[in-house]
Order: sequence, then C-alpha cells, then structure tokens
Amino acid sequence: MTELERAGIAVAQITAVTPVAQAVGANRIVKGRAIVHPTGDVDLPPAEEMELRTQLVQEALKALQTE
Amino acid sequence: MRIVHYLNQFSGGVGGEEMAGTKLESRDGSIGPGRLLEQVFGDGSTVVTTLVCGDNYAAENTDEVAAEVVVRTKAAKADLFVAGPCFNAGRYGIAAGAMCVAVEKELGIPAVAAMAGENPGVDLHRTDLYIVDSGQNLAEMRAVMEKVARLAGKLVRKEEIGRPDVEEYHSRGLLRSEFVERSTAERLLDMLVAKTTGKAYQSELPVEPFPPVPKPAAIADLSKMKVALATDGGLVPTGNPDKFPTAFSKVWGAYDISGMDGLEQGEWEIAHSGFDNRPVLQDPDRLVPVDALREMEKAGVIGGLHNEILSTCGNGNPLDNSRRMGREMVERVKEAGVDAVILTST
Repeated sequence: MTELERAGIAVAQITAVTPVAQAVGANRIVKGRAIVHPTGDVDLPPAEEMELRTQLVQEALKALQTE
Repeated sequence: MRIVHYLNQFSGGVGGEEMAGTKLESRDGSIGPGRLLEQVFGDGSTVVTTLVCGDNYAAENTDEVAAEVVVRTKAAKADLFVAGPCFNAGRYGIAAGAMCVAVEKELGIPAVAAMAGENPGVDLHRTDLYIVDSGQNLAEMRAVMEKVARLAGKLVRKEEIGRPDVEEYHSRGLLRSEFVERSTAERLLDMLVAKTTGKAYQSELPVEPFPPVPKPAAIADLSKMKVALATDGGLVPTGNPDKFPTAFSKVWGAYDISGMDGLEQGEWEIAHSGFDNRPVLQDPDRLVPVDALREMEKAGVIGGLHNEILSTCGNGNPLDNSRRMGREMVERVKEAGVDAVILTST
C-alpha cells in the first residue's frame, strides 16, 4: 500500500485495525467492520449487510476524492 | 587466510560514473580498501584476487556476474569473500549483497559486505548476510575495514557472533533466546521506572519506524476513475493456484473477475491463517467488495472496476518482502491504467 502511494496512486484502505494502517503511514483509511469481515457483517440480514458494504465503499470513494 | 574482494569501478580504480558499464574484471592482489583490509588483519591474510565490476553492468546482469564471481572465487581458493564497503551507493550495495549471497550459497565460505543503513542493499539482503554498518562517511574507511576484519575473522573461525549493536552489523531480524540473570518482570519494571522518570533506557525489542509516505493527489472525478481492488487477506480462487502459504507469503496474484457481479461462495478460498476465514468463505464480498463496486460501475458512479483482484497473504509478512510485492503490484496497476486502489485488510 505504501508502495502504491509512493508511486502516486491514491489508495483508500478499509481495515478494522486502523492503528496499524496509521502506523505504517497510510494516508486514506476507512474503518472496516471487523477483522474477519472488513466489508460485511455476519450478524446482519443480507439486505442490511449489502447496505453496510455499499456505505463502506462509498466512504472509501469519498476518501479517494479528499485531498 | 585467502580473501577475494569485490569492488565497483570507482573503488577498483577504473573510473567514475562514466565507467559504470564496465564488465567484471579480475586483478591479482589487493586494491584500495582491500589493501587496508590486509593491513588491519595484520596476520598475513591476503587479498589474492580483486574482482571489479561497473555498477550498471552489475545491476543489469546480476545473475550472470554473480555466477562468474563464484567461479573466480572458487578458482582463487578463497577462505573469505568481502564486498565493498559500499557506503550509500545503492547499485553497488545491491550488487555486493548479491555477490555475497551467491558465494556463500555456492561455495559455503563466509561472505561479508559493508554498507550504510539506508543502502537498499541492506533491506534486500540483511536476512541472508552479515552486512557491516559502514555509516555514510567515506572518511571512516579504515574504521569500517577494521569492523569487517573483526567480524569476518570470527566467521572464518566459526566463532559465535554476538548482537548487531555489539558486532556492528545491520540487524538480521534473527531472534535468539538467551539466559539472563533477572526476570522479564524485573527488567520491564526497571524500563518503566526509567521511562516515567525521564531517564534513558534501552528497549529490548525496538520497533522499526516507518518513513512518511507523501499523500497521492485525490481523484477529481469518480465517474472517470478506474479503480482496482486489492487485499492482503489472502483471497485466492478455489484450489489456491499460486500456492500462497498461509503466512509469510512471497507471492501475490492477480485474479480475474471479468463478468462477475460479485464473488460467489465456493469459487474462492482464503490462504491466511491469521483470522477466522468462515465469514469470508460464506461470502467473499465481505473481504473484497466486488458486488458493491460493480453496482457503482453500472450506475456510472465510478468510471470502471479493474478486471483483476490483486491479492496476497499479509500474515506475518516481513517488510522488505511486502515492499517488493507492493512495487510489483504498482507495475501491474500502472500497466492497466488504474487510477486508484481500494485495499481491504483483515
């Protein structure tokens, strides 16, 4: 990820463990749902899970647009 | 002992940058830093052959040069191989490391290089070799050769090598158990007291600092953006075709998702032993959200989703290795005209 950023490619990282992403110097970080399912949730019914996923991806896209 | 010494075109007296394309040459006896090495050994050890190669030639033909270096070092009946000191010269450091690795592997004799901590040769080879910390200052040449002689002597005599800071080589990332007088609890409390009272203390496990990464420019228009999905959660097609290990992976893969509206259960598996794989096995979009991005692609929110998922197993992955894989992924992504990446991590 840092190599992608070093090459000038914007990266949005979705991870539940945001402190690690911060420590390694990631510039655009979105908090994932859980370690075992960053863009999902086993406790939600399918429709709501999809809403959650869409929301997280939208946050990632927003991060990509943010200076 | 009989020593073979590898130098670049500059240290070998051939010339400067304009001679960096020089092919590998052999010279009888010692040159420059090699002469210093003989002096500091002071026991009659001699550099029987000096091998000189231009930095560019070595960087572009590393395997070929290394193979030839092995042949000539064997012919010289060397007991020890020394490369450098390279200080901060990057191509030189990379080549020197590669030569040492080849010689150790093929001939089983000790090989020692010397370079500064920031030299890329250190990151690449520190786990394979003893690389003396030369620092950046060429004026320290004699002191550096003394360090090399000390360490090399121990290696040749098969003596135990102590800690990096004591023996003055770059940390190899090796862990070794030691017996000590005081318990962990006692040592920890001492450190804590020192830290809270503003006294000096030394960590037993230094954490490597990460250099800051400049923030890439933001995407101006999402609807024109081509985005790629990447993950370090070890997502692979069923059957794990590239045979990712479940930790310490040296390989990564680019897996085709053309025509897929999402990731289907049963078509993907996880090669990563660091987390409970079951939720993602049920629905791989929980790790790599292909379905959500496809919808956005169809709705015109984003310009396009790249037709491959870049994947590796990030579990316990050493930094040099992940950085190398990252650089390779950059090539892939650039070739495909990708503007941005969404990376999902477990």
